[in-house]
Amino acid sequence: MKFKKWGIHGICALLGMLLLQPVNSADKIKVGVLHSLSGTMAISETTLKDTVLMMVEEQNKAGGLLGKELEAVVVDPASNWPLFAEKMRELIEVHDVDVIFGCWTSVSRKSVLPVVEELNGLLFYPVQYEGEESSKNVFYTGAAPNQQAIPAVDYLMNDVGAERWVLAGTDYVYPRTTNKILEAYLKQKGVADKDIMINYTPFGHSDWQTIVSDIKAFGSAGKKTAVVSTINGDANVPFYKELGNQGLSAEDIPVVAFSVGEEELLGIDTGPLVGHLAAWNYFMSAESEENDKFIEAWHAFIGNEDRVTNDPMEATYIGFKMWAAAVEKAGTTDVDAVRLAMYGLEVPNLTGGVAVMNTNHHLSKPVLIGEVQDDGQFEIVWSTDDVVKGDAWTDWLPESSKIVANWTAPVNCGNFNTETKECSGQNY
Amino acid sequence: MKRILVLVVFASIILHGLHAADDAGLDDSLQSSFGLLVSKSFSDKAAAIRDIAASGNPHSIRVLSSLLDGNLYFHKKNQSMILVSATTTKEYEIFDLLTGKLIETRSKKELRKRYKKVVINNKLRGLLNEKLATLTIFSEDKSTRLTSVRNILKTLNPSAVKLLRDAITQETDQDVKELMRICIAVFDARSEIPEIQLAAINTLSGSLYPEARTVLEQLKTTQFDRTGADSPLLQAVNSSLQAIELKAGVYKQVENIFFGLSLGSVLLLAAVGLAITFGVMGVINMAHGEMLMLGAYTTFVVQQLMPNSIEYSLFVAIPAAFVVTGLAGIGIERGIIRYLYGRPLETLLATFGLSLVLQQLVRSVFSPLNRSVVTPQWMSGSFEFNPVLSLTYNRMYIVVFALLVLFGLLWLLKKTSFGLQLRAVTQNRVMAKAMGIRTDRVDALAFGLGSGIAGIGGVALSQLTNVGPNLGQAYIVDSFMVVVFGGVGNLWGTFFGAMILGIANKFLEPVMGAVFAKILVLVFIILFIQKYPRGMFALKGRAAEG
Repeated sequence: MKFKKWGIHGICALLGMLLLQPVNSADKIKVGVLHSLSGTMAISETTLKDTVLMMVEEQNKAGGLLGKELEAVVVDPASNWPLFAEKMRELIEVHDVDVIFGCWTSVSRKSVLPVVEELNGLLFYPVQYEGEESSKNVFYTGAAPNQQAIPAVDYLMNDVGAERWVLAGTDYVYPRTTNKILEAYLKQKGVADKDIMINYTPFGHSDWQTIVSDIKAFGSAGKKTAVVSTINGDANVPFYKELGNQGLSAEDIPVVAFSVGEEELLGIDTGPLVGHLAAWNYFMSAESEENDKFIEAWHAFIGNEDRVTNDPMEATYIGFKMWAAAVEKAGTTDVDAVRLAMYGLEVPNLTGGVAVMNTNHHLSKPVLIGEVQDDGQFEIVWSTDDVVKGDAWTDWLPESSKIVANWTAPVNCGNFNTETKECSGQNY
Repeated sequence: MKRILVLVVFASIILHGLHAADDAGLDDSLQSSFGLLVSKSFSDKAAAIRDIAASGNPHSIRVLSSLLDGNLYFHKKNQSMILVSATTTKEYEIFDLLTGKLIETRSKKELRKRYKKVVINNKLRGLLNEKLATLTIFSEDKSTRLTSVRNILKTLNPSAVKLLRDAITQETDQDVKELMRICIAVFDARSEIPEIQLAAINTLSGSLYPEARTVLEQLKTTQFDRTGADSPLLQAVNSSLQAIELKAGVYKQVENIFFGLSLGSVLLLAAVGLAITFGVMGVINMAHGEMLMLGAYTTFVVQQLMPNSIEYSLFVAIPAAFVVTGLAGIGIERGIIRYLYGRPLETLLATFGLSLVLQQLVRSVFSPLNRSVVTPQWMSGSFEFNPVLSLTYNRMYIVVFALLVLFGLLWLLKKTSFGLQLRAVTQNRVMAKAMGIRTDRVDALAFGLGSGIAGIGGVALSQLTNVGPNLGQAYIVDSFMVVVFGGVGNLWGTFFGAMILGIANKFLEPVMGAVFAKILVLVFIILFIQKYPRGMFALKGRAAEG
């Protein structure tokens, strides 16, 4: 008890001291970076921190924003979810940043949500996620399920002719929600219960023998079988290794993954994986001028020609460009003004098209399907004809289909029920 | 002016003609197919593949198989086809596709600049396999013929089956012949003529090929609708299916046992080092997982040092990992643990802190990203007993390796003077000291031994899972579980503990999923420890009191 009191006093005193410090960087615009640099998520998030730093550097070379220089403030939430919230508070209250680029896992995003809303911050979230959320203070530049999972299933169904489905995922919120949506979608498309197999594994699962053998057995029933994988991060390496070793080739049973990109393939010998699929909004192999420039800049910034680019990096790129354009448009870094300036804003994406920010805080982006090649890159084998508008609330779950998000008047709500014409009151 | 222009055009046409004549033996059809192959559209490429397969050109097998292997490139400017093969990781040799002559050697970057790969997708891969199957059915090589028949079995194209009927009369090899028989039977099982159908169904009895089972199951439903329950055809289908299911069920169990043994071996490799440090010396070493990690990283470093002989890298990595982690272990014992003997709580905290330090150290030195450790060729793939039972090589080697390590360790403890001293010290430190044993030295060496063995385990793990800073964390709990369950201080306990847990896990997993299976095993261990606190192989007598 005594300790707690002292702790609070101490923190107050410390905060006071920090706040009283003369603010000599008022002529700088501060960009917060909230990505884990240590712990389990460091593997994915470090790259995004570097991407933001690169964008800041480029923007400064081009003369900064509103005549001011940009300054990146990097903090390390260390893959620790509650720490994300604390670091977010530190960024906004202590460092007084104007915008934050950060988070990877859904649980870290959920953890910072109350803070960023309470302090009216501005967060750009660059990773594909399960949807069912739209906060006033967050812009989601990664894919919603209808920009990744649903088109991928459509591709497998129509172009590959898959009739039996294995939904394999890691046991946490993103795969569970995505698989719930996919299961509902598949059933509406007339797929029978017995043709769907759902399987969850713990984080970092490394012994895939039984599951791969089950998939093999499930796939040998005469109907074309496809695996939709929401297996997260590390666990993919042993999974794909086992697939290769047990001789499951992509022609027999293609695996489409939502969490495997160029960066994840770096740790794998891709020989046996050739032909397996991934669905993203961006691949490093996309042919466009912007992409060539981006890759060149990235290699120059990081000083290593072997580094790859991936989808969350493109989402960070789009988010940053969009924020910069919105600040120019609004003429200020004030969160509310910038937020309003964001809607309808268009910036070029890296695949040769244009990304548009919608009023539900999600982007319109193209969806691409790529096949793994033996050099660890993806070859784009299919893409949507047009951009797909990100849907915050999925149309395929009965409880979500009637909910929309729209942050402009008259709705002004991230969770608006079109039947009862009411905002749930929940902020996200 | 006009005349000159005409002349130029004319001359260029002649020159072109001469150029074409140079490539003697190359017929135009192949060249026009190449024109389609460089197209962006996959349907153009499919048409090209069909043309090439039908052309009867002697080069067609080479063209199609190099396309399948992803070695076919074309020149970005003049679109001529080339064949590329990687000599090392950095250099690529470029051959002329048709003559097979070496044109030049290029680095990866230059290759990308000048040439573009002919990209194929899964559909084309399927088509290529199908076309190659009919082209290679009369190949000299047995394994080529086997894959060829297998690919025909997948698609069951009538013309290919017709070809198969010719081929089976010339076939001399029994395995290929058997597969051909099955393949024809699967095709005939859908025949309109009842006699042929019945014969085919009887041939398929007990065949483990998934296609055989599929066709029989389809027949079962369609036939039942058509003729009712007691047609002779349906009875034949049922008995064939029963034979298949019986066999498949047996092999499924064999497979499960193998999976269990291999999981058990992984647990054993992870835990056996701990069995020395915790089991024999009684030190709660939370940094044990990081010793596994160091071993795995040693493998990575060794592979970086000898990039051209990856096949042998593991044989270098095993002793290297033992030395590196062994020395690290001795360092830890001398630097930290020796001050904490008899204070388990402090040891636990100190080693836990150490494990965090080591993790972050690895992050700083090697980056937080996972490192790619290459699996040598001889460890990838699987040994196929029959279509339902195939055992992967990496797991088989690891089972053998785990046993070798265990027996090596047993020999060391039971037959060498160091082993004798170690056992003496753990049984009665004071008495051992009185007998002239330098207990300090024995402690350090024993800790080094335990850590070194963990390093060897890490080499094995690098072949199965990610080599990253968190590698150790994933195995530390499992390791303690195995040692405690097996009985502290007994290597055989560790062995049986690991195997029982592995097999139990693998038999539960298909029934209730990976997550729940793991929970159940944990609950079982808790209950077991309640009843037998000293584990399966408890030490008895005076040794137990130590």
